[in-house]
Amino acid sequence: MRRLGQTPAWFPVALVVAAAYLLAPVLGTDYLFEAILLPFLALSLAAVGLNLLTGYTGQVSLGSAAFLAIGAYAAFNLNLRVAGLPLPVTILSAGAVAALIGVAFGLPSLRLKGFYLAVSTLAAQFFVQWALTKFPWFSNDSNSGVIDAPELRVAGFGFTTPLGRYYFTLTVVMLLTAFAWRLVSVKAGRDFMAVRDHETAAKIIGVPVLRAKLVAFATSSFIIGVAGVLWAFAYLRTVEPDGFNLDRSFQILFIVIVGGLSTIRGSFLGAALIVVLPLLLSRLSAALFGGGIDSGSLDMIQRIFLGVLIIGFLIAEPDGLAALLQRVAGGLAGRARRLTSPSAR
Amino acid sequence: MVDFDPYFFVEVLVGGLLSGVMYALVAIGFVLIYKTSGVLNFAQGPLLLFAALTYVSLVERGIAAPVALVIVFATMALVGVAIERSVLRPLANRAPITLFMATLGLAYVVEGVAQLMWGAQVHGLDIGVSDTPFNVYGVFVSKFDLFAAAVASAMVAALIAFFQYTRVGLSFRAAASDSYAAGAIGLRLPLILATAWIAAGFTAVVAGLLWGARLGVQFSLSLVVLKALPVLVLGGFDSILGAIVGGLIVGASEKLAEVYFGPFFGGGIEIWFAYVVALIFLLVRPAGLFGRVLVERV
Repeated sequence: MRRLGQTPAWFPVALVVAAAYLLAPVLGTDYLFEAILLPFLALSLAAVGLNLLTGYTGQVSLGSAAFLAIGAYAAFNLNLRVAGLPLPVTILSAGAVAALIGVAFGLPSLRLKGFYLAVSTLAAQFFVQWALTKFPWFSNDSNSGVIDAPELRVAGFGFTTPLGRYYFTLTVVMLLTAFAWRLVSVKAGRDFMAVRDHETAAKIIGVPVLRAKLVAFATSSFIIGVAGVLWAFAYLRTVEPDGFNLDRSFQILFIVIVGGLSTIRGSFLGAALIVVLPLLLSRLSAALFGGGIDSGSLDMIQRIFLGVLIIGFLIAEPDGLAALLQRVAGGLAGRARRLTSPSAR
Repeated sequence: MVDFDPYFFVEVLVGGLLSGVMYALVAIGFVLIYKTSGVLNFAQGPLLLFAALTYVSLVERGIAAPVALVIVFATMALVGVAIERSVLRPLANRAPITLFMATLGLAYVVEGVAQLMWGAQVHGLDIGVSDTPFNVYGVFVSKFDLFAAAVASAMVAALIAFFQYTRVGLSFRAAASDSYAAGAIGLRLPLILATAWIAAGFTAVVAGLLWGARLGVQFSLSLVVLKALPVLVLGGFDSILGAIVGGLIVGASEKLAEVYFGPFFGGGIEIWFAYVVALIFLLVRPAGLFGRVLVERV
């Protein structure tokens, strides 16, 4: 039972969303949108997608970047080849294409488990990247598969400024996150968790394990596909297959680990850290050494830092930033209660 | 298609089998760790890069090759122990998939340290065996490939002798088959784990030097893991024999496919073909050809 005077669980979330919509035009600069908020939102959504599969269903995937690419290239081709298709329909269809391919690459999960499955998801990673580079049809015969995204335009209204693209991305991310949130609290999501916690036991008590796995692959790939559209259309606007390499897949997995497995808000916290960290490190090294470190070494330092961060989180806070935040918030709330009402003790 | 030339076919097949040996060399390092700690060690590739880069840099600084080799072996032993202490021990008794993710982080750290220490430029590595083909009954075989195969066989023989005939090897096998029981009868598990990481470090040196001599010592060396993974799933994660058989199957089928089917797809299918072969095998045998099948209880 909720105590009187305690805020409901959705309240902080609503506050953050309201701030994201209302404060952006006041505080946001073009740099903030282009370099931080747009990649942050797209990667958060991708991490939410991967979290459905890896966090909630327990199937590790190392091929998320492939589904980002599928989303981006599917949307590009739909936009190019189907005249007059409205943008929301394009985005949803691109997600659907990613979902279909996701189910195909998810089929091995019906037989394979753990590491064997993790390795087999690499097949998606390499196959998709190869196909997009090899067949010029996917990129409308452009050089080495590079595509230029069209303008974001819904019902005659163009989202062309950084602020416009930010609002567009934010809205799509909010809608799909709400969908993911709902999904994990209805039966389908409970099935995911049963499969994760003990597959054999789940099967015995009547959880449709095969269906749950395929649904997880489909929804996860759908969300990652849409994130790919945002990545290509709203954030970078010019992408090539090489941009969706294995490092990108690892980046999304790292976001999920750092943020916390099976928590939706963790994906956002993790993405924030992973996007901001390299910027902070390069600022820091410029301040400390005054540009004495060349960019190659800085890259390596960032790699080391990221690796140490991952290992550190796995050892010290396996439930990620989400758990850390909850503990800090819980501690503060408890202290505040004690301060305001000493008689309650 | 052009006329089928049996000599050419055998040549491709032999070339494929020998490059499969190179994959197996990398895969064995994974198996050593997996058998004892149940971890798929993604950092094996970066370790290979680290070993090769250290060796090349030492030689370039004027240190005699044999001395450099000894230093590299010693360094890898230290690195192995350090990894066991700082990463694996704090994560003892955690889910295998958590350990796997930790090795992903470890891979980033090792790659970064290796290149920060020695720079990111490409180094040539000459181990005194040329990569020239020579004629065996009308089939051209690379001398380097044969040398690599000989080294691999020697290494496998040494490992098998170690596991079968030494006391440490015996405790190693005990820990692999049941680590609780091994701990209960007083075997020192941390010591055994450290030994496994040192052994994996040593195989990383051997594989790193051979691969480095072939590709040049550079960042992409750490990506040979990606070649070894399909070999592993095919052979089974916990079998040295599996690593070798898997390597041979992957090497041969990959080269044959590239030569005979590649042109239909515009080439370059080597990147993913091994994974498809491994997947087909896995659908029939989900624990690989020689892997231990786990019995699940509720």
